[in-house]
Amino acid sequence: MQDLIRRYGAGLTGLMVLLVAFWLLMLVIIPNITLFESSFRPYLPVVEMGGPRDVYSVNNYMKVFDGSVETTILGMTFMVPVHIRTFFLTIWYSVTVTLACFVLAYPIAFYLAKIANPKSVPTLLLLLFVPLWVSEVLRAFAWWIILALKGPLNSLLLSLSLIDKPVRWITDYDAVLIGLVYTYILFMLFPIYNAISSLDTNQIEAAEDLGASRWRIHWRIVLPHSKPGIASGAVMVFMLSAGSLLVPSILGSTTSQWFTQTIQQWMNDALDWNTASAYAFLLLFLCTAFVSLVMWIFRVKLSDIAK
Amino acid sequence: MSAGIDLENVVCDFGSFRAVDHVNVSIKPGEFFSFLGPSGCGKTTILRMISGFTEPTQGVVRIGGVDVRGQRPNQRPTALIFQNLALFPLMTVAENIAFGLEVRGIDKAKRRARADELLRLVDLPGAADKYPSQLSGGQKQRVAIARALAVEPAVMLLDEPLSALDLKLRQHMRAELRAIQKRTGVTFIYITHDQGEALAMSDRVGVMSQGRIQQVADPREIYNNPVNGFVASFVGENNIFDGTVVNPAGGMASYETPLGTFRARLGELATGKGVKLFVRPEHTAISLTAAVENAVPVTISEVSFEGSFISVHGVAAGGKTLVAEIRNDGAATVPAIGSAAFMSFDPALGAILPDAETDR
Amino acid sequence: MHKLRTTLSHLYMGAFLIYLIIPLVIMAGAAFNDSKLPSIVPWRGWTLRWFHDLFQDERMWTALFNTMVVALAVAVISIIIGTASAILINSISGRIRTVIYGLMISTILIPGAVIGISTLLMWNKIGVPPGLHLSVLGQVSYIAAMVMLLVLARLQTFDGALEEAALDLGASHGQVMRRILLPHLYPAIGAGGAVAFFQSIENFNVTQFTRGGADTLTVYVFSRVRSGITPTINALALIMITITLMAAVWYELSRRRKERIMLAGMSRDED
Repeated sequence: MQDLIRRYGAGLTGLMVLLVAFWLLMLVIIPNITLFESSFRPYLPVVEMGGPRDVYSVNNYMKVFDGSVETTILGMTFMVPVHIRTFFLTIWYSVTVTLACFVLAYPIAFYLAKIANPKSVPTLLLLLFVPLWVSEVLRAFAWWIILALKGPLNSLLLSLSLIDKPVRWITDYDAVLIGLVYTYILFMLFPIYNAISSLDTNQIEAAEDLGASRWRIHWRIVLPHSKPGIASGAVMVFMLSAGSLLVPSILGSTTSQWFTQTIQQWMNDALDWNTASAYAFLLLFLCTAFVSLVMWIFRVKLSDIAK
Repeated sequence: MSAGIDLENVVCDFGSFRAVDHVNVSIKPGEFFSFLGPSGCGKTTILRMISGFTEPTQGVVRIGGVDVRGQRPNQRPTALIFQNLALFPLMTVAENIAFGLEVRGIDKAKRRARADELLRLVDLPGAADKYPSQLSGGQKQRVAIARALAVEPAVMLLDEPLSALDLKLRQHMRAELRAIQKRTGVTFIYITHDQGEALAMSDRVGVMSQGRIQQVADPREIYNNPVNGFVASFVGENNIFDGTVVNPAGGMASYETPLGTFRARLGELATGKGVKLFVRPEHTAISLTAAVENAVPVTISEVSFEGSFISVHGVAAGGKTLVAEIRNDGAATVPAIGSAAFMSFDPALGAILPDAETDR
Repeated sequence: MHKLRTTLSHLYMGAFLIYLIIPLVIMAGAAFNDSKLPSIVPWRGWTLRWFHDLFQDERMWTALFNTMVVALAVAVISIIIGTASAILINSISGRIRTVIYGLMISTILIPGAVIGISTLLMWNKIGVPPGLHLSVLGQVSYIAAMVMLLVLARLQTFDGALEEAALDLGASHGQVMRRILLPHLYPAIGAGGAVAFFQSIENFNVTQFTRGGADTLTVYVFSRVRSGITPTINALALIMITITLMAAVWYELSRRRKERIMLAGMSRDED
């Protein structure tokens, strides 16, 4: 700080501190505190706000336990509260999306970093970037067209005689998963690509020379080296998937419900901002806790991720 | 356990660029063999063809008499030490050394015992649980050697592994490498552009230029009897004279130059045009009279004291500078700068050689 | 064996590119199909009427105008805040840096719905009604972090001695910033501005909760997709993709031209 004042003077330094303070306090910390505080207040008509009924309680949070549905897990049937079910399915399918993105993107990242002709890599990266420039809503819409019952995918499969009647793709969570993978896979690809690029090719050759098989080279040399990249890609994809509202809204079926959709219903349909706050806070808190837990298991630090 | 290497008519092209051009070399089991040459001469490509990272475009590579073309690096009985060593940064020293054993499915305790044994061999006990980043340059060097030795290779391939070290450590590691090679009896193939390294360590040296082998011989032969001007210049300094050969006979010839006619040895390949006379500074003597053979009158222009020898520069007629190195035996008399003297050489120590590389 | 593996990897790369690009081609193609439902099958013949319909749609024009205003505001504010934060972060160290830096980075990971709702709640509490101004603030709260990361990376290649030299030569503090530091940061600031602009256009979650009744392009497209879809959306998609592609190709070409000029300059130096 002394250094800043010496270089830029007290005036400019003060201005910079003010700007940062505005960002962190007014746009991040206080809004979240407000969210947290509101989540404990009841939803009341304007006239009753601040009145005797406006007291703190955990009632909003308890609403996740309302209304149970039958759920079958591993062949056993339970009664599970509907919002809890939605939440766990959101987490579960977000993990699935993250894993699918990793499995699909890792070979591409390795290919770009170590196999492709270095001269063609800028062109390939440019092509890979194309979908990123296209808005998320349009990407989900594109899959809505493709997966439609009378859409191009079914007519292609029918004409190839791979299926004999159209497949209903937009059912349950299927289309949501397809859309989420397509939308977020590049957030997995680029961090892993960067990590593998920084691996000295001699390391791979040395392992090969010492007798290691392809699999073992990846397991012992490439994967450990690219762990920070994988972690940052996984955290990004997981958080984006769990927090996505567009893709589940466009590609969802009558039987699919994403937790963000539940929040939106409290907010915009029920106009109960307080319960929406409680649910939003739950989403933030539980996702953060989940990501922290996974990072702890894989021994990755936040500072590794933000590289 | 060590194996010989045979390169038969080996060619390697990268697109239109010919990196290695019809190389024929036979390396004996247990030999310390160096490929010496400037960067881009194809020596690293030869190493990569022996280790299996590159396949020859033409020709045969044999290890222990077996044609190894088509075998992957992990199938060949070779171990490569990379220029930057390529130690695995996320593994400990012991894990690095034992990696080759790990991939062969040897159990943990045995691996560890072997790693400790190898660390003692390379004189680095107690470093087993450190990480490569905690080691000095010379220590990393030793770990890389131990890691390569762990897989009990028949041939060790070393790609300028000493180039990153400072001068003192480099000289120390030369002796160390030589000693390890003698102790293990493994064939060592060493790549370098440093002629001092190659001459000091090797049993035999192959000098390369532009993809071709110029000469294969033991270090003394390379230095004392280079086959051409490239080898002569690459392994040491020379006074070089331009002229023409007259009446060659019995391995000797006269050589006419603007500075006079000299007598010198006639190199085997010195036929036709582009032939020059090469005389090493330490084979050049200084005298005050012209009584000796092959003498050139000079004016002394520079004297520099180098410790074990004294380097004297003299300017001959036409402005050509000649260099003589006089051994500092404590009693050597050195002419004063500006004084007149003669520089001369023994006909047996001057060589008439083809100017540059020779096609063989 | 080795050859086969390499061939397979080329094939996989090709398949991956097709997977990424085909959906966009299909979506764009549907814009020309003379069918009320947006699809390429069955093909009912070429038409340009969806483009015509699109240009008649006043709601789309309002949404487009709103989007541009919001994106511009977000880009400008994010550049200012992001650059100041990068300079500040670069000059502090220790635990306080870890905490502040962690807080800044974490904003990128906060789900958009949470940002949207919390922004709306806080400003509503102090009497600011919902609207696009809140969308701007909500978007800035995480886009500023992206700008900060880009500028910070550039800042780490900056030689602080240059500023000391300038101070030593009698420059004022303002001059040091304007003439020495900012010119060094311009490439990162430019890239940050572009990223911020595109992120803002893309944004749905934050906008959806804060916008009040106003439309942005993303919200408009979303509502059209949810309600009565006609291929006008495909026409809009095609136009948007074309514009962004042209911008991308232009950027790439100018980058390559610069690279060539630099290489040419270097080889001239060697002569």
